[in-house]
Amino acid sequence: MALTPKEYEGMNQKASPNSPLGKDMLLAFLIGGAICTLGQFFIELYTMAGLDAELASGTASVTLVFLSVLFTGLNLYDKLARLGGAGTLVPITGFANAVSAPALEFKSEGLILGIGVKMFSIAGPVIVYGVAASVIYGLILFLFQLF
Amino acid sequence: MPTKLGKHTLRLDSAPSVLSFAAVASKKEGEGPLGQKFDILNEDTSFGQQSWEKAESQMQKLCASKALEKANLSPDSVDFMFAGDLLNQCIGSNYGLRDLSIPFLGLYGACSTMAESLALSSMFLEGGLANVCLAVTSSHFCSAERQFRFPLEYGGTRTPTSQWTVTGSGSAVVGKNTAPPYVKAVCVGTIEDLGIKDLNNMGAAMAPAAAKTIETFFEDTCTGADNYDLILTGDLGQVGTDLLHQLLARDGVTLGHKHNDCGLIIYDRQNQLDINAGGSGCGCSAVVLCADVLPKLRTGELHDVLFIATGALMSPTSVQQGESIPGIAHLVYLSSEPGRKGVL
Repeated sequence: MALTPKEYEGMNQKASPNSPLGKDMLLAFLIGGAICTLGQFFIELYTMAGLDAELASGTASVTLVFLSVLFTGLNLYDKLARLGGAGTLVPITGFANAVSAPALEFKSEGLILGIGVKMFSIAGPVIVYGVAASVIYGLILFLFQLF
Repeated sequence: MPTKLGKHTLRLDSAPSVLSFAAVASKKEGEGPLGQKFDILNEDTSFGQQSWEKAESQMQKLCASKALEKANLSPDSVDFMFAGDLLNQCIGSNYGLRDLSIPFLGLYGACSTMAESLALSSMFLEGGLANVCLAVTSSHFCSAERQFRFPLEYGGTRTPTSQWTVTGSGSAVVGKNTAPPYVKAVCVGTIEDLGIKDLNNMGAAMAPAAAKTIETFFEDTCTGADNYDLILTGDLGQVGTDLLHQLLARDGVTLGHKHNDCGLIIYDRQNQLDINAGGSGCGCSAVVLCADVLPKLRTGELHDVLFIATGALMSPTSVQQGESIPGIAHLVYLSSEPGRKGVL
């Protein structure tokens, strides 16, 4: 009797090993946590250096972005991400990696068609829908403030 | 002329010979179990080139030249060349082989290209259309990743069902019946699709095609796994291999210990990082065939081998549009025995 796609999907589910969730989550917590702790360290450092709270946190973010791009260029961020999973994806460093990785990869196609076009191939949707979502939330806030 | 057997099998009565073969691979493959067997092993994945695409072309060029050199043939003496790879418009072959000036027929069979090119070369020999044909294919991890998945430096994680694209190239020169290994039969596969959509689970997408081709060949030739020393599928990996056995078992076919898969042979899955379910890519079955299996057929260590390279026929566009992944598997029956001796 011919196998239906649904039956085959059942066989596939059984044959396909699952990701080791417990280990993945623990590593994501530790490595993601370490990145965030590093960010907090920079905030404290900049505050001690005399920056006000807002400027200190902004500068800390910029520092993390810089470090992420540097590590991406040194071919180390992907190795860290292999362990860290979502722990390296979620913080701002993941976003910086998602922009700098294609910029590096597609430099062989030139400045315009390579780096220019492909740089946001991964992060682009995050920016587009992030901006769209903020517009919607802004509108909701505006409507609430009318009454 | 070939004899048609059953539905889709062609018995090649003149049994063309694989005159020579060559395998080129890179660092990660060199660290695997077949590390010592490649003709050319380049630790530098870029093969001295400026882009990954050029590296892949260079690899094919080296591989094709090496196979011709081993057969003591000049490019002028080759009548047709069948080649393909994974890159858009098969640029690995187009650019890599352009300097050879051999009449060229480009193929896209995804990871089944080694079997497809070898089958076509043998069929051209059998039909009297050529005296010497060259079959070439390659894949490169870095060029495949940037086309099908993510940039190399991107910090993504790989799922346990994903497979690692082999950086390697294989080529075979097929000529008239002179010495083993002989190509005794081919079975051209049909496109099979059981609805798998996960780009990170190619083994599951290709297993139905492998099962179909193997069953068709067994029916057409009235043979079974017991008749062969080795039944070698292309790059199903662990998940695809498990599913292949289950699919065949449903129809009462067992391969038992006769079966192995190139995707499980090429790397040491326990000790090499990120291999997950196994190896994949055109280069996977090509280098395992050319570096390990064909030499064993030549020396008589293996007698009757079914080589079934499997391919997943999607494109990044079809996957983005939510299409399922069609699979294909072509079978080539290779033997150390000439003429009508052996199984067929």
